[in-house]
Amino acid sequence: MIKVIVGRLLQLIPVLGIILTLTFFMSKMVPGGPFSAERQATPEVIAKLNAYYGLDRPLWEQYLSYLGKVVRFDFGPSYTYQSESVNEVIARAFPISLQIGTLAFCIALVIGVTAGVVAAANKNKLWDYFPMSLSMLGICLPTFVLGPILALIFGLVLKLAPVSGWYGLNYVPLHPMIMPAVTLGLFYAAYIARLTRGGMLDILSQDFIRTARAKGVPDHEILLKHALRGGLLPVVAFLGPAFAGLISGSFVVEKVFNVPGLGQEFIKSVFNRDYPLILGTVAFFGTLIVVFNLVSDVIQTLLDPKSRK
Amino acid sequence: MATATASIEPAPIRADELVQGTSLWKDAWFRLKKNHVALFGLYTFCTIALLCVVVPFFTGYTYEQTEISLKASAPMEPIFLRSEARKVGEPKKSFIALSNLEDEFLEKPQSDRKAIVAKIASGEVYQEGRDTYQRSNQRHVFGTDPLGRDLLTRVLVGGRISLAVGFAATLVSVCIGVLWGATAGFAGGKVDTVMMRFADILYALPFTVIVILLMVMFGRNFILLFVAIGAVEWLNMARIVRGQIISLKNQEFIEAAISLGLPSHRILFRHLIPNVIGSIIIYATLTVPNVMLLEAVLSFLGLGVQPPLSSWGVLIDEGSRTMETSIWLLVCPAIFFSLTLFSLNFLGDGLRDALDPKSSKD
Amino acid sequence: MALLEVENLRTYFYTRGGVVRAVDNVSFMLEPGETMGIVGESGSGKSVTCYSLLGLIPRPPGKIVSGSALFGGVDLLSCPKEQLRRIQGKRISMIFQDPMTSLNPYMRVSDQLVEPLLVHDKMSRSQALTKAITSLEEVGIQDAANRINLYPHQFSGGMRQRVMIAMALISRPEILVADEPTTALDVTVQAQILELIRQRQKDLGTAVIFITHDLGVVASFCNRVNVMYAGRIVESAPTDEIFARPMHPYNASLQQSIPALHKKGQALFTIPGLPPDLTIEFRGCPFASRCAHVGEICKEQDPALKQIVPGHGTSCIRFQRGEIADVRIKNFVSAV
Repeated sequence: MIKVIVGRLLQLIPVLGIILTLTFFMSKMVPGGPFSAERQATPEVIAKLNAYYGLDRPLWEQYLSYLGKVVRFDFGPSYTYQSESVNEVIARAFPISLQIGTLAFCIALVIGVTAGVVAAANKNKLWDYFPMSLSMLGICLPTFVLGPILALIFGLVLKLAPVSGWYGLNYVPLHPMIMPAVTLGLFYAAYIARLTRGGMLDILSQDFIRTARAKGVPDHEILLKHALRGGLLPVVAFLGPAFAGLISGSFVVEKVFNVPGLGQEFIKSVFNRDYPLILGTVAFFGTLIVVFNLVSDVIQTLLDPKSRK
Repeated sequence: MATATASIEPAPIRADELVQGTSLWKDAWFRLKKNHVALFGLYTFCTIALLCVVVPFFTGYTYEQTEISLKASAPMEPIFLRSEARKVGEPKKSFIALSNLEDEFLEKPQSDRKAIVAKIASGEVYQEGRDTYQRSNQRHVFGTDPLGRDLLTRVLVGGRISLAVGFAATLVSVCIGVLWGATAGFAGGKVDTVMMRFADILYALPFTVIVILLMVMFGRNFILLFVAIGAVEWLNMARIVRGQIISLKNQEFIEAAISLGLPSHRILFRHLIPNVIGSIIIYATLTVPNVMLLEAVLSFLGLGVQPPLSSWGVLIDEGSRTMETSIWLLVCPAIFFSLTLFSLNFLGDGLRDALDPKSSKD
Repeated sequence: MALLEVENLRTYFYTRGGVVRAVDNVSFMLEPGETMGIVGESGSGKSVTCYSLLGLIPRPPGKIVSGSALFGGVDLLSCPKEQLRRIQGKRISMIFQDPMTSLNPYMRVSDQLVEPLLVHDKMSRSQALTKAITSLEEVGIQDAANRINLYPHQFSGGMRQRVMIAMALISRPEILVADEPTTALDVTVQAQILELIRQRQKDLGTAVIFITHDLGVVASFCNRVNVMYAGRIVESAPTDEIFARPMHPYNASLQQSIPALHKKGQALFTIPGLPPDLTIEFRGCPFASRCAHVGEICKEQDPALKQIVPGHGTSCIRFQRGEIADVRIKNFVSAV
């Protein structure tokens, strides 16, 4: 077990290395530095800024000095937020994204697993078609469609949630975290529901469930005690990609609901060609994903005794 | 060698007692046909694709033709013709939507304006100076956007782009994925480990982020878009194909083929690959909606297809901005988009059930 | 009073390809402590018969069309689900063919073993665990106290089957249904498992219904035998009678197919033809198209099990009418 964890953590290094190197060289290949759009600045000022950010040195020098800084978690100052360093931007924006992401994740798991188990228990009957149709709807209504629609319903019509930005409503009975989290969460709830149903049905068709029935185990215990552990395996396997999806989903949701989270900062940094911020956020996301994949793998081993060898 | 003579003749088996054998494909098609939802998906998707390709030639508008006087008109809103008589030549004709009609008479007091608009709307021909206003038979089936562009045409043309990106990217990812996965699976050993370790590392990278970076890096090139998306989606296909090849390699019918002395390439092409094609088709069908989703997200964020070209993602983005006043601008592309995703997902599911002989859903 | 009385059981499966009449009018009785064998080829309906008794038939597409199964005054086929559940695992237990897939790979053996006790006898967990360890020892597993915490995949095939047997017998059932328990095992292990079942049966006085396709096992193990073909019982008799005086051509053919009975170099005997398509409702005897003694009446009259001598019944129409006396294949020279 420990060996698995250590092994995975070691994998972090080449993965991050690739991400950082790729991002670094990619961002350098884009024509036009961050300051070419500054119409106010004179060429001398631009030159000075370039020197300050080290942009006039040869490429390989920049790369090495960059790597050196990264090891010390120093991503340098952000181009766009001249008063903040990249670390500070991340520290400011990430907690917001984290809150929304965690809530969305919980919503997705709770709704998804419950719906999937209910559907599997009532295969081909009403309580199967009903949740599964809803989940199909959820998959086909992506966040950027669902978001505005929910914003419309809850923000405008029901006047329940604040939908800041576009409408300037000051109605705040629901915490501003709820709408983005629900939008994001429902999408993944749909996926998880289908996966759970599939996994559960697969397990329920196996011989050992027949043995449990023959032992006279009541239905609810068969579902929850015998089937769930194996049935959840596809969901756990999906957790890694789900997490990565939550990150990219946050880009959309934060735009739709105008939330000042890390996703929005990333997108802005891309448009602004703010290289340090781009690199910093990408490195940050990459690390999060790798760590989360590790957690998901560990959970999988816990659930499936056969994989412990 | 003494033989026992049994005094019985083997009972002749009557022809109609023989069970009809079916090929995998016939069987699969049969099961697919019984899956009403999947069929619905198939027909819906084909209909939408057909509409997108064919109908824009017949709507009478192009996707970029703007007309401010038609801005933001609702679906099927009445449209009026204004003929401006000129000293020389034909009168200049322009079209005005009902909701914009009042703006023509801003110099008049409000009560007058409303009366005039009511008159014109009821069918009367109204003349004011050199301008003549009358009803016309023009309609915009889906309405227009803030620049007066016909939404139906834009949605269908946008559909062409979205579908093209979807299929092209899927094609790219299928090609890379199948080659990679089949090689890794068939070769096994060190080659397999190296190839899949590489894929694992790539899998850990956040896709959207990479695609975004690629788009930024190489510009908003349309072709590049689907290469980038395809390059990111091949991982799943590779994994599936490899898994299939590995499990097939170890199955007894392959051992049987080997023991019959069949050469490698024959085993690969006549025994392994046909069994894998089923999975490829299924996952390709399920990849297309994922790709379309990715493209739409990019476009929604402003990083995908650039105006005046539009895809469904762009249209939805535009629509969501004017949602309160012109909700059809969001709803129409969203419906097409969601319906397409819906259909492809159901079709893919149906194919998966139909092509897996072991799934006993009876 | 018989322990179990099954009458006119019909279980059909309604599938896309037609209605499969898996069990078509089966009746039998089981006495306390008796070992009854049900013999037949794959598809003869022997397993489905017992699954029907225990409510293990998937309800679509399966359906118990008619019949009754009286057990201690309760009709297993029509009693409320809750009542059946309380009987299952407590008074009637079942063991299955493949112990690897029949044990839950995600649960420890201890959890699976104590389950019948917790569910039915409402014991405390520690009490149940003690009993479970004892039961493992009773089936011959060494170091039971430690190994009980292992997972099924950590046992060998034979030991897994012992675990299954322990699990089935832990609440002292009155009937044990064994569905081909040795088919998936090595030959040497087979003998051990059979001996184990016999021993436990003696200790507990449990009646056993033994489903198998192996006549050899039946010969050494069962008191009575029911031979099934195409969903019906074609012959029913005490074991020695089944072999000594077969009364149905199918039974005789089965016995004559045993390779060991042939002289070396002799062509092996096989029953010609194929088992019938159960979706077709045939008139007359289902074995007619493959029977050496077929007559005109066999294709017209529906056969029914009839007692020829007390305890020995056959459904062969011609035999019932006295038209044939010896159902064995003529000119067959047995090497034994």
